[in-house]
Amino acid sequence: MEQASFLRGRLLPIGTVLIALIALWYVFSAVLNAPFERDTAARAGGTIGFMELLPKTMAQERPVLPAPHQVFAELWDTTVNKAITSKRSLVYHAWVTLSATLLGFAMGALLGILLAIAIVHNRAMDRSLMPWVIASQTIPILAIAPMIIVVLNAIGISGLMPKALISTYLSFFPIVVGMVKGLRSPEQIQLDLMHTYNASPAQTFWKLRWPASMPYLFTSLKVAVAISLVGAIVGELPTGAVAGLGARLLAGSYYGQTVQIWAALFMAAGVAALLVIIVGIAHNLVLKRMGARA
Amino acid sequence: MNASILIAAVVFWLAAWAFNEWLVRRKFYNPVADRAARLAVPLIFGATILVLWEGIVRGFNVPSVLLPPPSMIWTRLIGSVPTLWADFRQTFLKSVLVGYALGCGLGFLVAILIDRSPFLQKGLLPLGNFVSALPVIGVAPIMVMWFGFDWQSKVAVVVIMTFFPMLVNTVSGLAATSHMERDLMRTYAADWFQTLVKLRLPAAWPFIFNALKINSTLALIGAIVAEFFGTPIVGMGFRISTEVGRMNVDMVWAEIAVAAVAGSVFYGIVALVERVVTFWHPSVRGGQA
Repeated sequence: MEQASFLRGRLLPIGTVLIALIALWYVFSAVLNAPFERDTAARAGGTIGFMELLPKTMAQERPVLPAPHQVFAELWDTTVNKAITSKRSLVYHAWVTLSATLLGFAMGALLGILLAIAIVHNRAMDRSLMPWVIASQTIPILAIAPMIIVVLNAIGISGLMPKALISTYLSFFPIVVGMVKGLRSPEQIQLDLMHTYNASPAQTFWKLRWPASMPYLFTSLKVAVAISLVGAIVGELPTGAVAGLGARLLAGSYYGQTVQIWAALFMAAGVAALLVIIVGIAHNLVLKRMGARA
Repeated sequence: MNASILIAAVVFWLAAWAFNEWLVRRKFYNPVADRAARLAVPLIFGATILVLWEGIVRGFNVPSVLLPPPSMIWTRLIGSVPTLWADFRQTFLKSVLVGYALGCGLGFLVAILIDRSPFLQKGLLPLGNFVSALPVIGVAPIMVMWFGFDWQSKVAVVVIMTFFPMLVNTVSGLAATSHMERDLMRTYAADWFQTLVKLRLPAAWPFIFNALKINSTLALIGAIVAEFFGTPIVGMGFRISTEVGRMNVDMVWAEIAVAAVAGSVFYGIVALVERVVTFWHPSVRGGQA
């Protein structure tokens, strides 16, 4: 019964939309790649029939829009068929990006939580810092990314750290905003109760504010982990395409390797989904241990 | 190393900090003075950051290639207004505004279109949520390949980036009304369109403005990063990436300052319109947006 409703309620609609998207993709790749084939045929001095044209549009080397099966063949080829230490392996590039993402995310989460605690406990910090934290979200921070990379390279810091710093910078804002909201979420009546227990500020923090902020923390962690991946990818652009998913994107765009770009995109999407799912699972586990959900 | 400048900066920082602490603790009974004090605290903090920055850079003689002092950035900004204006026009007025309008409009229209089909909603919503978490910025090289180097490709990137947040937020906003309210509209014999215009759209405005605010930042980021992948010789992203290569860091900072101001003003305008349109919402009536 439950499985049937799951099938009808989720799998069927999502599946239908997905299949429609893939079908649309095939149509578009046929339409967009057709001019190239017609040109080749015209140059060879003939015309090309539709039935001849169709399979050719699906198997070009540098198509305008690669067909789905080409992208997945490339994905399979570069993940399973290559040794993961090889520079041609997408797993290797994904790991380069992922390590920067995780390091930056960890630093950003720590910094964000500490800053939020300071803001909640100090009125001057709150009044002077909070407007800037909010204003800074309206600023296109990613624009600074190439400069941070180049400048840190100039003083001899290169490799993982500059990218991780960009991720840190991007991911700590959502966490500060979410955590401040979360640490303030206990109501006055609950704070008063702690007061009647003669609880010290530290006790109030650990027994009331911190547990109450968990749902807010994990919601912002999900946003932060997604955005820190974006930061790591963009951070790989200005270093001149050495390694990582961003480098694959840039190299692909320089050499017109569309299939490679799409494969890197799908890999990035997979990594993002994985990270968000992991944070979601951690969220559920913590809530369960706190007894919030049956 | 220039110790006196450094000491002066640190003294200014401590003094401003103390003054802020005093301002926060003091109670103002005059509402105007209270408002002014509330406004002054963050402004003083911002000024302190600038002074500390200037003092540290000059005090420690940090090479301007690494971090130019704010005064130098300001001179550069004043000195190259025509270039900055051309970049601003290319990136902001063409790519960002057009892409933002198209992306948000499309997202809104699609949300209205699938409103009558629960099946499509169930299929599209999880996908939309999923796409929002993806590094969508990665489509930039593909769009540059398809639509060329000029602003059209940046518009395409911005449209893709802003479409999904708008779609997801509008759909959940349209679902925000309760059964009671919809039943009331039914007893009035209101048809689908009337219910939409008179009840469900007004209830959805807070959600829609949430998406508009998120998108105002996303659009600027999308346009700037898309320019890293190829552009004519004008544009904020182009300027940033080339001037970084030529080690003209003060020009980069000037460009970032322009982007920051443009982003904040854009966000501010959206927030202002929100306060006017959703005047009934508790967060506006409470005096805190």
